[in-house]
Amino acid sequence: MDFNDTPEEAEFRAEARAFLEKHLTLKSANKIATAEDRKNLLKRAKEWQDIKAQNGYAKITWPKELGGRDGTPMQQVIWGQEEGKFDAPTGPFAIGLGMCIPTVIAFGSDEHKKRYVQKALHGEEIWCQLFSEPSAGSDVAGLKTRAVKDGDDWVINGQKVWTSGAHYSDYGILLVRTDPKVPKHKGLTMFIVDMKQEGVEARPIHQASGGREFNEVYFTDVRIPDSDRLGEVGQGWKVALVTLMNERLAVGGSPGPDWAEIMNYAKDAGTMSDQAFREKLADWYVAAQGYKLTKFRTQTALSRGETPGPENSIGKIITANHLQDICNSAIEMQDHYGLINDPDAAPSDAIFQQSFMWAPGLRIAGGTDEILKNIIAERVLGLPQDVRVDKDVSFEELKQG
Amino acid sequence: MNFDFSEDQKFLRDEARKFLTAECTTQHVREVLNDDDTSHHEGVWKKVVEMGWLGTAIPEEHGGLGLGMLELCVIAEEMGRALAPVPFASTAYFFTEALKLAGSQAQQAAVFPGVVSGDVVGCYAASEGPGDPQVSKLTTTFDGDTLNGKKIPVTDGDVATHAVVLAKEGSGASLVLVDLTGDGVTRETVDTLEPTRSHAKITFNGAKAERLGEAGHGADLAAQLMDRVAVLIAFEQLGGASRCLDMATDYAKERYAFGRPIGGNQAIKHKLAEMYVKNEVARSNAYYGAWALSTDATELPEAAAAARLAASEAYWFASKENIQTHGGMGFTWEVDCHLFYRRAKLLAVQAGAPKVWKEKLVKALELKNAA
Repeated sequence: MDFNDTPEEAEFRAEARAFLEKHLTLKSANKIATAEDRKNLLKRAKEWQDIKAQNGYAKITWPKELGGRDGTPMQQVIWGQEEGKFDAPTGPFAIGLGMCIPTVIAFGSDEHKKRYVQKALHGEEIWCQLFSEPSAGSDVAGLKTRAVKDGDDWVINGQKVWTSGAHYSDYGILLVRTDPKVPKHKGLTMFIVDMKQEGVEARPIHQASGGREFNEVYFTDVRIPDSDRLGEVGQGWKVALVTLMNERLAVGGSPGPDWAEIMNYAKDAGTMSDQAFREKLADWYVAAQGYKLTKFRTQTALSRGETPGPENSIGKIITANHLQDICNSAIEMQDHYGLINDPDAAPSDAIFQQSFMWAPGLRIAGGTDEILKNIIAERVLGLPQDVRVDKDVSFEELKQG
Repeated sequence: MNFDFSEDQKFLRDEARKFLTAECTTQHVREVLNDDDTSHHEGVWKKVVEMGWLGTAIPEEHGGLGLGMLELCVIAEEMGRALAPVPFASTAYFFTEALKLAGSQAQQAAVFPGVVSGDVVGCYAASEGPGDPQVSKLTTTFDGDTLNGKKIPVTDGDVATHAVVLAKEGSGASLVLVDLTGDGVTRETVDTLEPTRSHAKITFNGAKAERLGEAGHGADLAAQLMDRVAVLIAFEQLGGASRCLDMATDYAKERYAFGRPIGGNQAIKHKLAEMYVKNEVARSNAYYGAWALSTDATELPEAAAAARLAASEAYWFASKENIQTHGGMGFTWEVDCHLFYRRAKLLAVQAGAPKVWKEKLVKALELKNAA
C-alpha cells in the first residue's frame, strides 16, 4: 500500500503540471472573484478550452481521431487533480463535454459528429442539458414538454428547469415527449436543439440561496428538423441513461468548508475546549477521511486498469449532509452573530453562512439523497424495486399532481 | 495510487474466508454461547493454531511467519466476519503487539515460540472499574517484582496463560508481563454481554511479574499499543459489519410482507443503503489505518482513531439494524443476529470506547495543527 504514482503516472503528472504552469496561475485561497472576473469568465473559459484541445488535454480518454489523446482514466483523474490546483475556468464546459457531447458521439449521425464535436472541444460552442421539468425531477421520465411532428420538423412546446448555463449556451440536448399514449418511458425522444433560435427563452431562477446561477427554459413553437434527432423516436429514455451515466462521472468533489475550517474557526473563537464540539469535530474528520480515502480506492482500481467498485456511489450522500451539518454548527457556535452573512463582518469571510444556504441545493442536485439511496439499494445491494404504478399505463392516463 | 491490498494479500483473505466458512460456523460460536463452562472453542482454536495465523506478524527468528501487519489485518477481517469464538485477538493483537512494542529481545524469545505453537495464550488487562483506565485511577500496583490488585473484566482472561497488565509503579505506571499459571493469581469467570469470548476477574496477590519497557512509561506504551490494536480490531469490526449487511440484505429479499419482499420498501432500502455507506467509510478508514500501521507512519494516532471510530459506528449501526430488519425473528435466541450485536459491543469498548477515541483524535489533530 502506498499513495504514490506509478512511474508512468508520475511522468504524466509532471508533464501536465508543466503545461498548466505555462498557461495558468495557481489558485489563491484569499482571492475572491470580482464582478469583472465573472464577466470575463466565459471568454477566459473559451480560450483555455481551445488551448487544452490544441494540446490534447481537453478529453484525455477520447481517441486521438476525435481530438483526445487515447489516455487512461487514471490520466484523466491526474489531469483533474492538477488542473484543480490552478485558476482554471472550466465550469462552462463541464456539462457539454462531460454529458452532452458523449451523447452526440454515441447516438448522433456522422454529420452531427463532424458539425459539433470539434467546435465543443475547442471551446467555440457551449452546450447545456435540458431534462428536468417543474413536475419531473427525480422522476424525470414523467416530463411533459411535447414534440409534435409537422412535415420534416418537430414542433416543441413546454418548459425545462434547473438548466445550468442555458443563457450562454449555443446548443442543448433536449428530452421531450413524442407519444403520450404509451407508458411514460416509451414515449420519449432526444433532440439536439439550437438555443439561439426564436421561441427559446432562458430565464434565471431566483434560488433559495439568493443567487441566480440556474435557468428555466421556455419552448414556444420551436421547430427542430427530424435530422437533429438523437436515437430512434420513442428511444429517448435509453439515450438519456447514457447521458446520466456520464453525469455520475462528471459530478463530485468537496464543495465547501470542512473539518479543518471549522477547527480553525474554533481555535480563533476560543471554543476548542467545548467537549460537545470536540466530539463532533472527530465525527467530521472521520467522515471527511472516509470520503477522501474512498476516492483513493476508486483511483487505485483505475490505476491498476480495473473497473472501480460501487463504493464511489457514497460520495454525494456524505458530502452534502456533511457540509450542511458543519455550517449549521459553525453558525450556532457564533450564536446571534452567526446570522450575519456579510463577508466583511462575519467570521471566516462568511463561508459557513454562504455554504449553509447552498447545502440544501447540493442535497438535491444530481440525484437527491433519497434517490441515491434507492440506487445503492437496488443496484449495489440488489434489493427489489418499489411497487410501480406507472409502468404499464399510458402517460396520459397517469395521475398527476 | 496503490491504496488497496495486494493480490497475495487478497488471496490470503480468500483462503481465510474459505477456511473459516467451513471450520468456524455460527454453530461453533453457539457451542461456546450455550455452555457457561466453555471459555472458547477448542476445536476451532486448534485449527487456527495449525494454520499458523498466530505467527502472522511474529518474526521468523521467533518461529513466526514473518509476514506483515497488512496480512494480519486481512486475517482480522475474516476472524471478525466469522465471529471466531477463540482468544485470537487477545493473543495476536494485544499480547503480541505489546511484546513487540515494549518487550526485550529476551522476553520476545521467551514467549513468541509458545504463541506460535499455541502453548501461550495471551490477554491484556487494564480495566478495573467503570470508565477509561487512566493511570491516576489504577489500584493494581507493581513493585518491580510482584503484582498486587484486581483487573476486571479481562477478555479471554480465564483461558490465557499470560497477561500484559497495566499497573501503577511509583507515581507512574508500567506495562508488566505475568504468567497467569503461577502462584498468586486467582481467576473467576465474569458474566458479560458477550459470552462467546470469555471474560475473567483476575486477582493478583504477590504474583511474580516482569516489566515490559521502562518503568513509568506504562501510560505512553499503553497508548501506543492501543493505536496498533485499534487498527486490527477495526478490521474485525469491518468483517462483522459487512456480514450484518449481507444478512439483512438477504433477509430483505426473501421475507414477504403485504404480498412482496420487505426489501422493496424504501424504509428498508434506505436503512440498508445507510449501512452500506457507513461500512464503506469504515473500510476506507481501516485501510488507511492499515497503511499507517504497516509503515510506522507518524499519522498512526489519527489514522488509528479514525479507523476505530468509523468501524465502531458501522458495526453498531449494522448489528442493531440487522436485528430490526429481521423483525421478531431477529429477537429470538435461535437467529444469529444477536451474536453480532453482542460482538459489536465487545469490540467497541474493549480497547477504549468511542468517546475516549474522539478525544484522542482531536488531541492528535491539535498537535498536528500546532506543529
